[in-house]
Amino acid sequence: MTCSLFHPGLLLILSGLLISFLHGTKRTVFVLLIPCLALASVWNMPFGSACSVQYLDYELTLIKLDALSRLFITVFSITVFTGSLFCCKQAKSKELAAAFIYAGGAMSVVLAGDLISLFVFWELMALASTLVIWSAQTTNSQRAGMRYIVIHLLGGVILMCGITAHVNATGSILFTAMQADSIATWLILCGFLLNAGAPPLTAWLADAYPEASFSGTVFLSAFTTKTAVYVLLRGFPGTELLVYIGLFMIFYGIIYALLENDMRRILAYSIINQVGFMLCGIGIGTEMALNGAAAHAFTHIIYKALLLMSAGSVLYMTGKRKCTDLGGLVQSMPVTTVCGIIGALAISSFPLTSGFVSKSMVTQASVDEHLLWIWLLLQAASAGVFLHAGIKFPWFVFFQKDSGLRPDDPPLNMQMGMIFFAVICVLLGVFPNMLYFMLPYDVNYEPYTAAHVVTQLQLLLFSGLAFFVMLPLMKRTLTLSLDFDWFYRKLVPVISNQLFHYLVQFEKVFKQGFSDLKLSHYLDNKLNIQLSVGMGMSMIMVVFVISLSYLLL
Amino acid sequence: MKQNWFYKETSIKKLWIGAIVILALTVIAEIVIVLHPHFKIEALFSFHALFGFFSCVVMVVFAKLLGFLVKRKDDYYDL
Repeated sequence: MTCSLFHPGLLLILSGLLISFLHGTKRTVFVLLIPCLALASVWNMPFGSACSVQYLDYELTLIKLDALSRLFITVFSITVFTGSLFCCKQAKSKELAAAFIYAGGAMSVVLAGDLISLFVFWELMALASTLVIWSAQTTNSQRAGMRYIVIHLLGGVILMCGITAHVNATGSILFTAMQADSIATWLILCGFLLNAGAPPLTAWLADAYPEASFSGTVFLSAFTTKTAVYVLLRGFPGTELLVYIGLFMIFYGIIYALLENDMRRILAYSIINQVGFMLCGIGIGTEMALNGAAAHAFTHIIYKALLLMSAGSVLYMTGKRKCTDLGGLVQSMPVTTVCGIIGALAISSFPLTSGFVSKSMVTQASVDEHLLWIWLLLQAASAGVFLHAGIKFPWFVFFQKDSGLRPDDPPLNMQMGMIFFAVICVLLGVFPNMLYFMLPYDVNYEPYTAAHVVTQLQLLLFSGLAFFVMLPLMKRTLTLSLDFDWFYRKLVPVISNQLFHYLVQFEKVFKQGFSDLKLSHYLDNKLNIQLSVGMGMSMIMVVFVISLSYLLL
Repeated sequence: MKQNWFYKETSIKKLWIGAIVILALTVIAEIVIVLHPHFKIEALFSFHALFGFFSCVVMVVFAKLLGFLVKRKDDYYDL
């Protein structure tokens, strides 16, 4: 093993294992220091490959650094730092530990130069992120975490099948740009897309993330979907299909967020919406578009974490998460309100915020390619972002009717986390070159032209007007919205319950007829049957998957 | 208890007036500032304002209609 360099991902994974042994100030210092070390190490690393490990007949490359991977490692380290700052005094050790391993997994995926190590860290992310969800330790988080991991393991199996077939066909394990033209690459693409929150299995995101603790969601929002964006940027740039998938996700996110009552679920839907913009950029595939997608991933991680920190502060101080229970918090939580509004302006790409300098690159790319319809849809979507995240979130949480709640602003470290990210959102908006110089391609784009500022303000402010004109139509109700998860949360349980019902009936008849054969010992009660049927089903699944992968080879 | 500035009748009125002035200014600015429309449709006066407003109206109405189909009580899955 030749590994002379400090691997930021492994550093975070190892420190995640140590966090549980630390307490109080030591833990605080540790969780703040480690992400800074990771950031320093990646900026002191030369571009190129390093850290190769022999595994079976393959040589794995754990570090392959270029401008794109450095961009993602940078934003991941900053997010771990700020997320830790936000919750270093409040979060449980196991949550922080899981979050560190999760972030380390994400960084290792970004640095991986080959498909095998990519897959290993991909799965580590799935496991660690489930632990982040479970550390909320509520019944809802347990159930949502279980649904979450099943979906992600399914994605992992699809990805594994794709990788095996791809390696078998090409003989190379290197992770380079691919074309979706064989079953192998299609499976890889599907595995990547599942983590990006693409249809049809979009529902896992809004189902699971809002069930994590007030701080867990901040970490969750940053890594899984954005790692998927990274691997798509690297593996499938210019794949036209991604434009249409992206557009679907953009409008799906807006519409479902408009229907939603849970403040953090609104923000979860808006993650899908924002990832949609990035996929559009990847699909368009020009240098401007790819730069735009990468830049948008960077700024999005920061303002979405900021929004979720402000929602997390509200949850932490009030214990409430539904818009119908909240409102009027501006009166007692000024810092949280201001930070939440800055995040909301940034996600809406208001001039002078980070979203303005990143999202407009994707829109500009569609103009450069003369894609009128895609441009129109992206513009409508920008208006819609302001509608569902830019105004709806702050309006229903901090303003609207007075709920009578008068919580204080959260503890100092939580405020500092929010203020730090709010400042970054504005800094990147005012000095876009701070972001542009890190991008993979040279940037030949000026966001601040008078025409661009005026048209963007028109678009956004008039959608704001539409919000207040249409407010009666958006009265909050105590409801949830059905989604694809209905199939595995409602339909399958109903069918299987019926099935068990028949089995129990059958068992009774069976017992009467063969009571002397002592077979009933094995079919003693309903639980036993459920267990064995469940095991049988999973065995069938495993056999099916294995035979599928054999068939592919 | 002292009423917060945001919840006073007078300040809500002021906010509306301020908002309308700003909205008008962004449209009037189009006369002074030369835009560089790339697509023909962009050349329409105050295109972005109209497009932003009406696309939001369409999205809100669509969400409302879809709501009739997909909305359930929020304890739907707990039962």
